[in-house]
Amino acid sequence: MMEKQAIRVLIAKPGLDGHDRGAKFIVRSLRDAGMEVIYTGLHQRIPEIVRAAIQEDVDVVGMSILSGAYIDLTRKFSAESERQGLGERLILVGGTIPEEDVPKLKALGVDGVFGVETDIDEIIHFIREGVEKLG
Amino acid sequence: MKEKITKKKDRWREKCLSQAPYRSAKAELSGVDVDVDILYTPDSIASIDYPQDIGFPGEPPFTRGIYPSMYRGRLWTMRQYSGFATAEESNKRFKFLMDQGNMGLSVAFDLPTQMGFDSDNPEIEEEVGRVGVAISTLKDMEILFEGIPLHKVTTSFTINGIASIILAMYLAVAEKQGVPFTEVGGTIQNDILKEYVARGTYIFPPRPSLRLIVDTIEYCMKEAPRFYPISISGGHFRSGGASLIQEVAFMMLNGITYIEAVLARGIDIDEFAPRLSYLFVTQLNLFEEIAKFRASRRLWAHIIKERFKAKDPRSMMFRVYAAGCGDVLTHAEPENNIVRLTMMTLAGILGGVQSFFTPAYDEAYEIPTEKSALLGLRTQQILAYETGITNTVDPLGGSYYIEWLTSKIENEVRKYMEELEKKGRMVELIERGFIQNEMARIAYEKTKKKLSGEKVVVGLNKFQSAQAREKLQIYQPDREAISKQIARVKRVKAERDNEKVHYCLKRLEGAAKGTENLMPYLLETVKAYGSVEEIVNTLRGVFGEFREPVM
Repeated sequence: MMEKQAIRVLIAKPGLDGHDRGAKFIVRSLRDAGMEVIYTGLHQRIPEIVRAAIQEDVDVVGMSILSGAYIDLTRKFSAESERQGLGERLILVGGTIPEEDVPKLKALGVDGVFGVETDIDEIIHFIREGVEKLG
Repeated sequence: MKEKITKKKDRWREKCLSQAPYRSAKAELSGVDVDVDILYTPDSIASIDYPQDIGFPGEPPFTRGIYPSMYRGRLWTMRQYSGFATAEESNKRFKFLMDQGNMGLSVAFDLPTQMGFDSDNPEIEEEVGRVGVAISTLKDMEILFEGIPLHKVTTSFTINGIASIILAMYLAVAEKQGVPFTEVGGTIQNDILKEYVARGTYIFPPRPSLRLIVDTIEYCMKEAPRFYPISISGGHFRSGGASLIQEVAFMMLNGITYIEAVLARGIDIDEFAPRLSYLFVTQLNLFEEIAKFRASRRLWAHIIKERFKAKDPRSMMFRVYAAGCGDVLTHAEPENNIVRLTMMTLAGILGGVQSFFTPAYDEAYEIPTEKSALLGLRTQQILAYETGITNTVDPLGGSYYIEWLTSKIENEVRKYMEELEKKGRMVELIERGFIQNEMARIAYEKTKKKLSGEKVVVGLNKFQSAQAREKLQIYQPDREAISKQIARVKRVKAERDNEKVHYCLKRLEGAAKGTENLMPYLLETVKAYGSVEEIVNTLRGVFGEFREPVM
């Protein structure tokens, strides 16, 4: 039997905010959980993030946004994914996001939204389950 | 004497303490846990020489405080920090504050400004005016300070990557008002090295950035001597997850880097060191925080004196601005943060800070209301006026535990600094991503401990109530005001003498390729209404851009 391939994840910091503690924590935690994680670093433009996701052929794209610009940046991400033909991936957004805006992000194609103080195991579980469903 | 106490203490441990069960305790200093003894006694600090190591306030090594009378002479400055989207709104707020007798203004910038983009750049439109005021050309700065005589106020600018441009704009406004540069006072944060590690608003690589900083220090020294050209920060490391030891050690290594760069221009240490200031945060371990300030004053005085041969005691003073650390505030049960902030403020005051900022308790999940921001200020006022803690200088000095901790922290920082200096110079370590990884390692461990409950956070991972979390509220800037700002930038660019701007940028480019001080060129360019983005792009062409090392 073929060995199960590790889940590939791109963690991205779109926009200009420099708060990367959460993103770096996620990177390390997912690696500890056996996933292959690519971290873009700060200040990435949306087209570059989509390009990286395609090039690295990741299963999951997680964007960490703490500037409050999550709706605009996610909208740009959806449009750009469409344009570049990203296809089916598990899309996650993390950061300071009020409850009432979660449906707006989901409507833009986001699969999971995780606020600060979220338990990391919850995120790992969500990714494993989500990737399995993607097939 | 020492032996006698040690002997008696051993007897006490054996005969008395052994009968009483007790838990172990660790100091949180460095991520590497340090055991805390159950009792400190005179023999714990027997190696400390009072006159030499502790001494008197206002005299080196300043362990007990940098001024002789400390808060009996004058209280610390209670500084509050806030951002508004546009120059007009901020200007209104400034005038209100001045009417209340507050002459210390403070400016927070939006992210595009901090990163060197103009408001009219469509690529960053979603971030204009979000976390502070947008400044693209001198016109915005003129509106920000319209009707505010710059010799009557001092302004603190939280700006790093483009600090030299903001300084040039502020001076240009002063010139238009007819205020001589020698009468202009204020502060720019201007500490770029920490940005690569913790705050993220860097543009150029470390070396050319360092040159820009030395340019501002040298220029202020000669032309605007009332201006503080840099605030060297440890606090941002700590807020990003660093340990207490890292907060102090990274700050000092960066400070040493800046000082060496200024000295390399043939400037004497005593000419500029009295204009340096420092920035820390406080967290919740009260005694460790208090000892941190005392240890830092002592260690920094030694470094400035011994390493840099300063003669003027003012060069050796560790002037510190501190703030309660937002990182320990919780979204769960937010009122608990009021208690946390009180303790962090107390730590700053007992630590002998020169100024302090108490954030609002709801900062973790919303833009503070007027009421919650006022509560921050009231916390400081209650401690200052109702508790009597200001009645004597350094009231905890002489406590066996505090003095032991002070020495312990000083030694741990010294050891860590030596270890890092052996690995390379700070600029190289940052270029290689080494410092970033050192910090991320500790931050990861700390976050894990918090999530697992090993580090107790009341209301979050222990003693939780069923109480629903307060609703998150994200500040949405006024779209109309933002559109006005964008239109203004476009109008300025259309109406100015573009040939002159082009000429100034060319001259700036030429100077950047050489070694001249760039401040006069920046001043000339901003006065011609050359924009932040145009200047940054010109300099980027010469300096290049920093790319974060792969994690």
